[in-house]
Amino acid sequence: MSTESLIQIKNVSRTFRRGAEEIHVLSGLNLEVKAGEFLALMGPSGSGKSTLLNLIGGLDRADQGSVQIGGDRIDQLNDRQLAAWRARHVGFVFQFYNLMPALNAARNVELPLLLTHISKRERMAHVEIALGGVGLSHRLTHYPRTLSGGEQQRVGIARAIVTDPTLLLCDEPTGDLDRKSGDEILSLLQTLNREHGKTIVMVTHDPHASARASRTVHLDKGQLSTEAPA
Amino acid sequence: MKFFALVFSNLKRRKLRTILTLLSIFVAFLLFGFLCAIKEAFLAGVSIAGADRLIVRHKVSLIQPLPQSYEAKIEALPGVDAVAALTWFGGIYQDPKDFIATFPVDPDKYLDMYPEIVVAPDVLTKWKQTRNGAIVGKTTFDRFAKSQGWKIGDRIPFTSPIWGQPEGQAQWEFEIVGVYTAGKKGADDTSFIFRYDYFEEARAPERKGTIGWFGVRVKDAAQAAEVASRIDAQFANSPHETKAEAEGAFAAGFASQVGDIGRIVAGVVGAVFFTILLVAGNTMGQSVRERTEEIGVLKAMGYPNGLVLTLVLLESCLLALLGGLSGLGLAWLVTLGGSPVPQMLPVFVIPHRDLALGGVFALGLGLLAGAIPAIQAMRLQIAVALRKLG
Repeated sequence: MSTESLIQIKNVSRTFRRGAEEIHVLSGLNLEVKAGEFLALMGPSGSGKSTLLNLIGGLDRADQGSVQIGGDRIDQLNDRQLAAWRARHVGFVFQFYNLMPALNAARNVELPLLLTHISKRERMAHVEIALGGVGLSHRLTHYPRTLSGGEQQRVGIARAIVTDPTLLLCDEPTGDLDRKSGDEILSLLQTLNREHGKTIVMVTHDPHASARASRTVHLDKGQLSTEAPA
Repeated sequence: MKFFALVFSNLKRRKLRTILTLLSIFVAFLLFGFLCAIKEAFLAGVSIAGADRLIVRHKVSLIQPLPQSYEAKIEALPGVDAVAALTWFGGIYQDPKDFIATFPVDPDKYLDMYPEIVVAPDVLTKWKQTRNGAIVGKTTFDRFAKSQGWKIGDRIPFTSPIWGQPEGQAQWEFEIVGVYTAGKKGADDTSFIFRYDYFEEARAPERKGTIGWFGVRVKDAAQAAEVASRIDAQFANSPHETKAEAEGAFAAGFASQVGDIGRIVAGVVGAVFFTILLVAGNTMGQSVRERTEEIGVLKAMGYPNGLVLTLVLLESCLLALLGGLSGLGLAWLVTLGGSPVPQMLPVFVIPHRDLALGGVFALGLGLLAGAIPAIQAMRLQIAVALRKLG
């Protein structure tokens, strides 16, 4: 594992408004994640896990503080630059897979590649490699409704890694799966981390899932409470 | 093109809703096509009117006759190149529903005045040799050949509610000497044209020596208004004062007797399109609302806001163009088969400009129907969209 910091979050705060009420979700939070790390973010509901994941992925903006990913101050990028940055550097894995129901597995995985300038033949080659990597070479033309939850999440992971991003951000990737399928997904993430060097940040409620990570941090009321190396 | 599968897949999500919306748009554009053809039928005379041709009619009304003797006087006026007299005969073949636009004319003068009426030389020769000879527009001839077995050389009995019976005969009888065709798109090829000398000889004595109106060709189109004034001045304060006007204005005035066809068509089309805009807009709005999370996911992948806006607009335009062009296409195919009511609408074609306009309307419908959902999708915040998950 590299000792170089990939993610540097300094003094980040994020507040939401609900009517007249202000909710301080993150307050002066600091976090570093090294390249090649597999970090689990744990904490109770409302602790700010998903908000922190969104800030790391450039899906949301901090009210204050800095978010630096691989040398890019993403908090200083405009919307267009941020979209281009996400396309190049981040792959997202969602709890409910979020596949396009009207597209088959291959077309779903192809979606991030449509933002690149590579040819259709090259796109299909990348798609086949990604789906092969998650063990779904035989499911290219299957639509999401014909796949099991575990298979859909594998397609989701293939979609996240097809552009070979620097960073994989997973929001409860096993939250909608049974134990067996969840274990398979976690093993797959571990493989991507250990064998392919992907840096992974995973939000989870599940101690069983966090046990697969190389490091776990706990959030409570917008602050890091404890850090636990695996 | 690489985004086509994504755009098209969204239309397949709710097949029934997409089909119903497509059908609504299809019917609207089918109606648009037919209304354009109907408008063209009424205004065909305007669009094919010669810039160098005038119509001279009675100042009071078109149905008031003019003395035939005016022809020579008009011909003698400066700036006048040629004159041809026409009269509305109102011919009925056997049954009142088989009404045919029928005119007695001088063959040479008429064909010289209206070169868009194309007659083969042998037919013209035969016509001149046959006192009660008549030429029939191809559309009408084909129609009656099919339904009544008309053939060249047949003697056809006609009645006329305007001119009654010919002297010494129970009904008018014409020999079909040939067929004429329209030499210009939109020109009439449905009339029945016979010789004025036969008409003049056979009609009642008290009505002889009159005609309906004159077609006048001027030597210089730029001088048409001046020549028209000159003609009217010639017959001012006479028992039969004239009104001379450009052929296009005459045709427009004739069509406006039914109503302002253009405005009626625009009104109906406007109401239909407004309704379709609401239907298509609602479909797109629902479709985008259902996909809030998916749009959030696309943005998370790095799809920029402008691309998301474009994808929604493309989807909306694809829907509108599929439905619109299908409807227009079917209307066009139907008009290729000719008028379904040739006795009422002799010309039944959709002009190319209206087909192009229909295409522009379909595209405009797509852009308008998709505008609000597309802007909403563009402005959608990813974190908000993804919070809808679970």
